[in-house]
Amino acid sequence: MKVAVVQFPGSNCDRDTVHVLKNSLKLDAKLIWHNEFNEAYDAVVLPGGFSFGDHLRAGIIAAHSPATKAVRKMAAEGKPVLGICNGFQILIEAGLLPGALLRNTTLKFVCKWTNLQVEANNTAFTCAIEKGSKVRMPIAHNEGRYFADDEQLDRLETAGRIVMKYVDENPTGTSRGIAAISNEDGNVVGMMPHPERASDPALGGVDGMKIFESMLEWTKC
Amino acid sequence: MVNPIFSVEIIISNKPRARDPEGETIIRDLMHKSGFESIKEVRTGKLLSIRIEATNEADARDKVVAMCNDLRIYNPVAHSLNVRVRPGN
Repeated sequence: MKVAVVQFPGSNCDRDTVHVLKNSLKLDAKLIWHNEFNEAYDAVVLPGGFSFGDHLRAGIIAAHSPATKAVRKMAAEGKPVLGICNGFQILIEAGLLPGALLRNTTLKFVCKWTNLQVEANNTAFTCAIEKGSKVRMPIAHNEGRYFADDEQLDRLETAGRIVMKYVDENPTGTSRGIAAISNEDGNVVGMMPHPERASDPALGGVDGMKIFESMLEWTKC
Repeated sequence: MVNPIFSVEIIISNKPRARDPEGETIIRDLMHKSGFESIKEVRTGKLLSIRIEATNEADARDKVVAMCNDLRIYNPVAHSLNVRVRPGN
């Protein structure tokens, strides 16, 4: 399985993601500069960070990058597309996922481990996880407050497109505790928590591995 | 003929339904604590001040609004867009 991890100016955890995919999952994972997304891949990950300095709005400039054009095509083809943190912001700004990610109500950059509940496992990145189970992953962001109007939130809930919610607390003031959502087909997932930072016992947790293992499972189906 | 240049201000702010924690902090922890109780609301936003060549004010506005929609300068789910045109450079 060939996986692209897109690197924008200002990305971070991009190498960590490649490390997990390549060394832990033994996949053919490559770090691809955003202007050089030329080959075909089976899946793509948009990593975290502060692409283009978060100028204008987190994710908006990267949403117009050539790589995002390729990601849009892959999403339409049903291939797994994962946006982590800033990657989630990019997917929103590219219109691949609905809603908005606004500044945390705390006005603080929140960097901590969080407890999450998996609300939907019919997605490319949670299909190997039991629905309703709890997982632990860190978050690290300033703009992660998911926002949409109530009707849209109801539609997402009804359609089972809210993939993960924070439990025990709401660290950012996000609507209905939302930490991750998917597109209608479940192949595109955006999540604020960092699975790559929770994929090695040395880092304090391995629940993030399940996200990447799901991607493998999904492609086998 | 060379078209005139217009100054256009684009103001992007959260819609009333989307909380603006920065505005809330400014009014609560700065204005009200400093005795400016008459202030009833503060909403923050982002200002883009641009200069654009156009045939007239309406053309300048139309071009800017079209660009804002095309490039998604604001996220219509959460933001409102306010465009102000004034002639001159």
